[in-house]
This record gives sequence, C-alpha cells and structure tokens, in this order.
Amino acid sequence: MGLDIRIPIGAMFGTLGLLLTGYGVFADPVLNTRPLGVNVNLWWGLVLLAFGAGMLHFGRKRSA
Amino acid sequence: MTLTAIDWSIMLVYLAFVLGIGFVVKRFMRSSEDFFLAGRALPAWVCGLAFISANLGAQEVIGMAASGAKYGIATSHFYWVGAIPAMVFVGVFMMPFYYGSRARSVPEYLRLRFDEKTRAVNAFSFAVMTVFSSGVSMYAMAKLLQTLKLLDAPLAALGLRAAWAFHLSILASALIVLAYTFLGGLTSAIYNEVLQFFLIVAGFLPLVLLGLADTGGWTGLKAKLPEGMVHSWKGMAHASTNPLGVEWFGMVMGLGFVLSFGYWCTDFLVVQRAMAAHSVSAARRTPLIAALPKMFFPFLVILPGLIAVSLPAPKGSPVLVASDGASGATMGIIPPKFDDRGAPVLDRDGKIEFDYDLAIPQLLLHYLPHGLLGLGLTALLASFMSGMAGNVTAFNTVWTYDIYQSYIRPNASDEHYLRVGRMATVGGIGLSVAAAYVATRFNNIMDMLQLVFAFVNAPVFATFLLGMFWKRATGHGAFTGLVSGTLAAAAHHGLTLPAGAASGFKGGWLTVLHQYPSEMAQNFWTAIFAWSACFAVTIAVSLLTSPRPDSELVGLVYSLTAKPAEDDLPWFERPAPLGAIVLGLTAVLNVVFW
Repeated sequence: MGLDIRIPIGAMFGTLGLLLTGYGVFADPVLNTRPLGVNVNLWWGLVLLAFGAGMLHFGRKRSA
Repeated sequence: MTLTAIDWSIMLVYLAFVLGIGFVVKRFMRSSEDFFLAGRALPAWVCGLAFISANLGAQEVIGMAASGAKYGIATSHFYWVGAIPAMVFVGVFMMPFYYGSRARSVPEYLRLRFDEKTRAVNAFSFAVMTVFSSGVSMYAMAKLLQTLKLLDAPLAALGLRAAWAFHLSILASALIVLAYTFLGGLTSAIYNEVLQFFLIVAGFLPLVLLGLADTGGWTGLKAKLPEGMVHSWKGMAHASTNPLGVEWFGMVMGLGFVLSFGYWCTDFLVVQRAMAAHSVSAARRTPLIAALPKMFFPFLVILPGLIAVSLPAPKGSPVLVASDGASGATMGIIPPKFDDRGAPVLDRDGKIEFDYDLAIPQLLLHYLPHGLLGLGLTALLASFMSGMAGNVTAFNTVWTYDIYQSYIRPNASDEHYLRVGRMATVGGIGLSVAAAYVATRFNNIMDMLQLVFAFVNAPVFATFLLGMFWKRATGHGAFTGLVSGTLAAAAHHGLTLPAGAASGFKGGWLTVLHQYPSEMAQNFWTAIFAWSACFAVTIAVSLLTSPRPDSELVGLVYSLTAKPAEDDLPWFERPAPLGAIVLGLTAVLNVVFW
C-alpha cells in the first residue's frame, strides 16, 4: 500500500491537539475548567499533540 | 444544548480526514481484490484495530453503557467471557482455513468446504442482515442527535424546522460513509476504522478519567453503587442473585460459547478485516492483537454507565421506586424516557422507565467543557460511522462474489466485478437508509427481523466447528443442520417466556412450557438449543451421506492441512504464545472484578 496510515492519523491528532491546546490557553478560563477545576482542554490537547507527533515520526521513518 | 465554534471545528477536522483518506486511497484501487480485500496487503496491527472498530458501532458504545447503567459491571461478561476467548480461538485455530483456502469471503469458504446450498443460506442471510444493521445504526444515530438537539441551532440558522434534524443526520451519515467506501473500498474503510479507533479512545478516555476522579476512583464508585452492580461473578451461581437474571452455566455456554464464538469466528464483517492482512501469520495475529485493547474496552464503554448512575440526580428528576417498594433510588443523571407527546413512559407496573441509552451522551455533557465535548461527540459519530462502513463493505463483497458472481453473472471480467462492487456499495447504503426509515415507522417489523436473525445466527458456529475439525462432515449434513438449528431456535423461543413478559415477540407464541427469570437467560438458552440441534443433526446426516474424498478437503479441514510454519517468527509474533498471554490477562481481569 502506498499510504502509511500513521501519517494521516498523526496529522489529524496533531491538528486536534493544536486546536484543543490553543483553546485551553486562549479561551476564557471559566470555559475550560468546568467542572473539576482542571484545564482539561489544555492537558488533553497536549496528550493528543504528543500522540500525533509520535505517529507522524514513526510513519515517516518507515516510509523514508 | 448548543455547540460552540471549537466543537464544530473538531468535528470538521475529523470529517475532512475521513473523506481525504477515501480520495487518497482511491488511486490504489485497480482490481476487485484491491477493492474487496484491500489487496491482501495490510499489516496485522492495522487489521487488528479495524477488527475492533468495525464492531464498535452504535449498539456497542451506546448499548454497553446502557447495560452498564442497568446491570453494572456484570456487563463485562460480554467481553471477558464472550468476545476475548472467541477472538483467541478464531486467530489460533480457524484463521489458517479462512486465509489459507484463498476464499474471498466466509460464505465462499462454506462453498469450498461443503456445497452451494450451504453457501447460499449463509450469503443471503448475511447480506440482508448487514443492510438491516447498518440501517439500525443510522436510525440510532439520527434519533440520538435529535434527542440531544445538537442540530437545532444550525438548522434554525438555515430557516429549517427542528424536525429536519432526523433526515439531515441520516442523509449526511449515508453520504459520508458512501463517499469513502465507494472511493477506496475495504482499504479506505479499514484505514478509517483505525483512525476511528484512536478517536474513540481519545474522545471517551478523558470522560472516564474525569468521572473516576470525581467519584473517587473504583473504590469510591463501589461505595456509591449497590453491591450487585460492582461484581461480575459474585452471585452468578443462581439467576436470582445477579442483575442479569441468568445462572453461570447459561451465561458461559450461551453467551460465551455459542453466541460469541458464532459472532467473532464466523461473521464476515469481522473476519473480512483479518482476510485483508498481508500473510497468513498476520491474519492469525489480527484477532489476537485486537483482543489486547478489546479487553480494556469495558473501562471505556461500560464504566461510563456505572458513573452515570452513581452521580447525584439533578434537582426535580423523577424517583424510581425499587421493586421492593422501599428505597427511593434515582437513576443518577440518566433521564426518564419520553414518548412522542412528551409524557414519561411507564412500564407494566406503572413505574417510570429510564432512557439508559443516554448514559454516555449525558455524561459527556456533564463532565466535558466545550472543546473536549466536541471531541467526545465526534468520537460518538465516529463509532456510528465505523459500524456502518463495516456492514457496507462486508455487504458489497458478499453481494458481488457470493450472489452476483455465483448466481447472476459468472465469468465476467474483473473490471466488471469492480464496477458491480461500487454499485453494490451505493445500493447497500440506499437499502440501509430505507431500513432506517422502516425502523421509524414499524418498530414491530424491526423486532421481528431481529428475532429471525437471532434464529438464523444461533446455530452457525456448530457448522463451522464441524466443517473445520471433522473431515467426515458433509454438505447435506451442514445444510440440514443449519435449518434444524434455526427451527430449534424458533421452537424454543415459541415455547418459553421471560418472567413478567406477555406472549408475542418476547416468546411463548406457541405455548408456554417454561419461564425464564430474564430475557437474557431466554436468549442464551435459545442459542444453546439451536447450537445443539445443529451439531447433532449435522453429525447424524453426515454419517448417512457420502463424504468427500480427502484430496478435495486439503487446506479446508484441520487434519488434512499442514500446520503453518512459524519457526522463523519471534515468539511475540506467534499466535499460540500471544493467545496464551491474552487469555491470561483476561483471567486476571475476571478475578480483579470478581
């Protein structure tokens, strides 16, 4: 197969991670911390970003 | 409720990638084998994750959480007794015949092993069933979006009535799934299933983590729930001492052996994912790799149900009077069911019924801020779509190879079958949409169809077991066995009734000879009777009819097939050690949640 699925997965989670992290940093803190007082958008955004980067890294390493 | 820009952006990013994969993969679709079997070129981990995702449709995500909210952690039997052992069995013992025989579908294996009529029964019932289940999946999704009123704001902006939400969701989901399965066939469906797998985990995991943090972890959750809901095995000795209303033998044999092995080992929807792998050893590893994440899915889909009922109910919610009439338990944040006129639905005893299907959506709204909420809802949509696409790709293959090529037009060019496959994709989705609308109008027809499928499915595992492991089994034997098994299932259903139900769709339509403590117990025992009838009749008729010569059965039957060589593989790529690890871990989970 000409397409390594890890590349689109990495790209999608990278994009989603950026969106969530950005929202977590820039949006009104009241919006982000509901209901347990943790900025869950920021933290989960960073997790997705790391996962996306990992997928991209391994996908490209094998295709190269 | 309304979504904000961040939620919609997340949903759009997902849709863009799903369609994008379809367009990119289209370039690699040259032959019918590319389209229907992904060119048999995919790595095991990709097939394995697709193997889980294809099954992870509406019924699974919504239904398992609903069952968790209703029955508690005992719902995990569907995984730890049901799915996992069956997945190990299909990988270690059955896959060499599916993959090794070069059959292109499960019905085609039946033709190679038995005969034309046995294949026909399996192919036709499977084709109807897939269309029906993708229709039901579509219906469930549209209904859910309507209940949550997610589309009301955008519809109002367009000047449309809120009632259009239902039609819009059906149309949109049909078009999206059509686009990517039409373009890229099985490869595109499998690639998207892998994407959807990760998305489902990414969307639901924060929900479970937040829920557990809020309720004080498993210990805290246990303290808030009744004893019966937090043990999976304690109380299984008798039907009356556990929430499922079934005793251990009926559960282990009916659910664990007959129903789960019947589904995971013979349903082409899942087996097709393994057949797309690049080699026989990768195909065997597919269900085993799938089993590793699968065994932890109860935490993702059942636990939210438990968390939802453990939370304090919002002010003004109705109070459920327990069956003993004493305690005024509420159902946590699960709302009551309403009928079309907005009145609460009452059961036969006049008690309020709760809409357990809303356990996951309610929990999403309760815990997640905008942003993660969008991700959670996207995960829900992804699960609906992967379930639908799984059905559609299995349908177009069985239609093209097992029905069209076999009975309508054999000996056409490969290009012709590729074109027919694409048309079958359109036709299959069209029929699913029709099925979704039938479901809205005629609930009884759907209930009846579901019942008929249950009768047809219950005996199949006996046929495959005898076919693969007993070379003396004959085509006449298999066919009469299947028919007798289905009749036995129908007869058993017609003669028994779950406690508290009226005769009719629930059973007892012949006469009531036996009462089961619950519907689940009746289902499991129907399956046990069907399987036993099929097993016995297949053996009896096989012994009376003439067997096929051994030379025709090479590669199709265990005793006549060379064991696949795997000495050059490292131990962690060999099916037997992998299977042992999977079973060991599953045993540990059973003990932990005993």
